[in-house]
Amino acid sequence: MAATELVEGVLQGDRRSLARLISLIENEDPSVGYALSQLYRHTGRAHIVGVTGPPGSGKSTLVDRLTTEYRRRNKTVGIVCVDPSSPFTGGALLGDRIRMQGHALDKDVFVRSMGTRGHLGGLARATSDTVRAMDAFGKDIVVVETVGAGQSEVEVIDLAHTILVIDVPAAGDDIQAIKAGIMEIADIFVVNKSDLPGADKKAAEINAMLDTDPRERAWRPPVMMTNARGGEGIAALVDKIVEHRKYLEDSGLLAQKGLQRSRDELRTIMSYKLTRELMEKLEGRPEYEQALRKIAERDDDPYSVAERLIAEFLVDYGRSVKENGERKRR
Amino acid sequence: MSSSKKIRVLVAKPGLDGHDRGAKVVARALRDAGMEVIYTGLRQTPEMIAEAAIQEAVHVVGLSILSGAHNALLPKVTELLRKEGADDVLVIAGGIIPEDDVPGLKAAGIAEVFGPGTPLSDIVDYIKAHVKL
Repeated sequence: MAATELVEGVLQGDRRSLARLISLIENEDPSVGYALSQLYRHTGRAHIVGVTGPPGSGKSTLVDRLTTEYRRRNKTVGIVCVDPSSPFTGGALLGDRIRMQGHALDKDVFVRSMGTRGHLGGLARATSDTVRAMDAFGKDIVVVETVGAGQSEVEVIDLAHTILVIDVPAAGDDIQAIKAGIMEIADIFVVNKSDLPGADKKAAEINAMLDTDPRERAWRPPVMMTNARGGEGIAALVDKIVEHRKYLEDSGLLAQKGLQRSRDELRTIMSYKLTRELMEKLEGRPEYEQALRKIAERDDDPYSVAERLIAEFLVDYGRSVKENGERKRR
Repeated sequence: MSSSKKIRVLVAKPGLDGHDRGAKVVARALRDAGMEVIYTGLRQTPEMIAEAAIQEAVHVVGLSILSGAHNALLPKVTELLRKEGADDVLVIAGGIIPEDDVPGLKAAGIAEVFGPGTPLSDIVDYIKAHVKL
């Protein structure tokens, strides 16, 4: 089924249409571009919350409990959980849903598991468009759970309005807290498993790190303590997320982030589309293969060849766009 | 590896028995065969399994059951999937299921039943041969 036929269903809140659209997004089906362009003006309402942190820190359990609290506040919730795909077989074991099955029968909660399929950065390539589909579907809150993140899987920053970075007691010393990368992207820190010894020390280390943060920010990331399994600290955490959203709105940062996101996104779409169409044109063509051989034999150089091929492509591309009028294909 | 269709499989344990060693071994084998396996864990009702299958848009549902309640629970899963219009999903089962019960389960829409000792490659091959992508 083509993505275009699913648009109506997604807008009307049909779960199956949403599920199938997400699969088409994951498979990079050519019909997806048009469907997403149809959905676009129905998006922008959801509050997107990113949850990241090391494997086993309790991300899925925390997302489950956050969902319970949001449902208590009558908010509908979409969840995208990303787990790694094998670099060897492409297979994946997606286990985040185990912690969330308590919401399986709640029609206002939609959970989707996703393998990274070779994408680095903590998310799958399809995550961003999936979040958008859930937004158009009408979810008030969309939670994105990254893969178990080490230090530099920070791509979620491009996607989420509010980022929770989860840490646990007794994981590393205070040097870990001042390293670059994931520790810099938090809007809210969560020290989970707060029932374990060392939780206060961990919170103190993060606070010490924040004390010496040179960035002048009106929002200092609070350090929240939770025991997700026991359900402790969850309501206070949701209060903080709501507070952060309000801060983004009042300070004008939300609009600023939106503009930045549009800028990044347009650039991504353009470069992806250009590369893909260019390579579709070139690959397998005898002239292309011949040019490659010439480069390998030092008969020609890749810099000049690239310039020539791109110039030819752009002329062709301009012509075909004019001929087709509005092209309805990604 | 990207931009190609992947076989998505939900592995679930319906009912009340707490033994998921077999389900985990099968999940691992399917992962190693290049499939995306969503594991939902223990003590699932047929309703929870069907809903997860819909949301995850899986092609295959693998049900592991050792409790003896298969005649009650497994047909319920296929019935719910049918009701949702998801009858193109391949539903297979494994665990302790007496041979006498297999024809009844197959009539109820369980495509195949894999008993103890089944080589993992048999399950992988069966899915690859029968899945509708």
